[in-house]
Amino acid sequence: MSLSTRAQHSAVEAPPGMPSRLDGELLEVSMGPQHPSTHGVFRMNVALEGEVVRRLKPVFGYLHRNHEKIGENTSYLGSMPYTDRLDYICSMSNNWGYALSVEKLAGIEVPERAEYLRVILAELTRLVNHASLLGFLLSDMGAWGTPLMYAFRERENILDLFESLSGSRMMCDYMRFGGCRCDLPPGWMERARKVVDGFPHFLDEFEQLITGNEILIARTQEVGKLSAELAISAGITGPGLRASGVNYDLRKVDGYGFYPRFKFRVPLGEHGDCYDRLMMRVLELRETLGILRQAMDDLPAGPIMNPKVKIRAFKPPVGEAYGRIEAPKGELGFYLISDGSGNPYRYRVRPPSLINLTVLEDMCLGHTVADVMVILGSIDIVMGEVDR
Amino acid sequence: MMIGAGILKGMAVTGRNFIGSYFEKDRLTTVQYPEERDVLPENSRNFPFLVYDTNDPEAGLRCVACKICEKECPPQCIYIEKSADKKPDYMGKPQFYPATFDIDISVCMSCQICVEVCPFEAIKMDKVYELSRRERFDALLMRRTDLAKSNSYYHSIHPLEAEQVDATLAAAAAKKKPAPTPAPPASG
Ligand code: SF4
Ligand code: SF4
Repeated sequence: MSLSTRAQHSAVEAPPGMPSRLDGELLEVSMGPQHPSTHGVFRMNVALEGEVVRRLKPVFGYLHRNHEKIGENTSYLGSMPYTDRLDYICSMSNNWGYALSVEKLAGIEVPERAEYLRVILAELTRLVNHASLLGFLLSDMGAWGTPLMYAFRERENILDLFESLSGSRMMCDYMRFGGCRCDLPPGWMERARKVVDGFPHFLDEFEQLITGNEILIARTQEVGKLSAELAISAGITGPGLRASGVNYDLRKVDGYGFYPRFKFRVPLGEHGDCYDRLMMRVLELRETLGILRQAMDDLPAGPIMNPKVKIRAFKPPVGEAYGRIEAPKGELGFYLISDGSGNPYRYRVRPPSLINLTVLEDMCLGHTVADVMVILGSIDIVMGEVDR
Repeated sequence: MMIGAGILKGMAVTGRNFIGSYFEKDRLTTVQYPEERDVLPENSRNFPFLVYDTNDPEAGLRCVACKICEKECPPQCIYIEKSADKKPDYMGKPQFYPATFDIDISVCMSCQICVEVCPFEAIKMDKVYELSRRERFDALLMRRTDLAKSNSYYHSIHPLEAEQVDATLAAAAAKKKPAPTPAPPASG
């Protein structure tokens, strides 16, 4: 920065409420909310010394739409389609998380077939989420287009399955309290099997594309390290936590749904850097495929809806419940307080994206601006869930 | 290993895909919309419509203006006014009908809850798309006349589901048969 621009800068008074001008060594840059790699309308106020990040303040709220307040004013069922819009890449797992907490609240049993379907759909969602994340992350690193298109090709196959089952590609609104809305259409399972069987080919190809790629290694290894202590104390969950070597997966810890019936491993990282977080997704995809195969083989026949649950005028008893699932991005929890009326007294969402974002500054300090994008991409956020 | 080998390996994958797309048609997954169109699956849904039996969109309307859907619709985009008089429904029983039935499809989020809560199989999901309009308000406010669609149309878009619905309605009508004025369950 030349002397003359500095002189100009000091002539500008900081507007009230803003931090006063930095000491002249740091340059404050506002990245986003329209930045192409901020994954939605997310803004970061970054203070730079040369190219190195010295301070980073996330600014969110651009997509705030009163999700929780709306949830307190609509019926229990009415919130279900709104949960699709939280993390709009993973609407099926959001449905499950919400259905789980209402089922806890009202003590509703779920038929076996519905539980299996839920596992299948949630794991398909994990494929969608991790595949698109890999594509996005690579395009954040400058591999424009190609990996993202490969990932989206696979994602589209799964979205087709979702559409033929639930009627919508992304806003599935499929699960209901005490089961699922409709049974599988004819031929669905065969198509799903084909998609699952074709997925390893994509993964192998994708791994060839990235593993050993010198640029990728240079951009991700030792970048954005997150220590296990910090991750635990900040409440990080999901692949980001496991990349730091902490063995914590709600599918194992809580064993909700029918997960204890399936054999799968929880991959763990070692270094907690971007590379580990990236590889964590690849490894989880392989485990997910295993769960899917087991669930598809074992899927029992039977009803998919608990017949005792009323669809109209649903009123759970007075009480409170917290239901949580291992969403692809981390722990997704719904906290409900019921006063016995038709809508919740309090409805609170614990979104993994928001909480995983809280350590962004710690991960970015000392790295360059270009790395910020990679670190942000490796956390895996969706703004629909951060802002609600 | 040579520096750059990893990149070359990646390039080889891209190259294989690129060249392969000239020989293997199943690698080309893109549909050239609007020249080509995908066939929508049976369950696909976007906005609700009202089913009527027979050929008369006025008299055959199944909706009895019970307003359950209006109450349950999460974004509250349905507006119904009950009629003052009654007309016979598909079973010949006199019922109210909606004097006004509006759905603001600029607000509707295609959640299908109205369909699930309707006890009369009167409202179903449509599959139409390309509904963009130049105006923001009136053109997207669907009146009763825009919403009423025949049962045969319903059969054409959701064949399996419509079969089931017809069977349920026929069963319900058969149960009520001893009533004095049995009218045949008509499917137009
Ligand atoms: S569509 Fe169904 S739920 Fe809605 S008013 Fe008519 S009969 Fe009642
Ligand atoms: S589909 Fe959902 S939003 Fe649309 S009218 Fe029906 S209940 Fe309302």
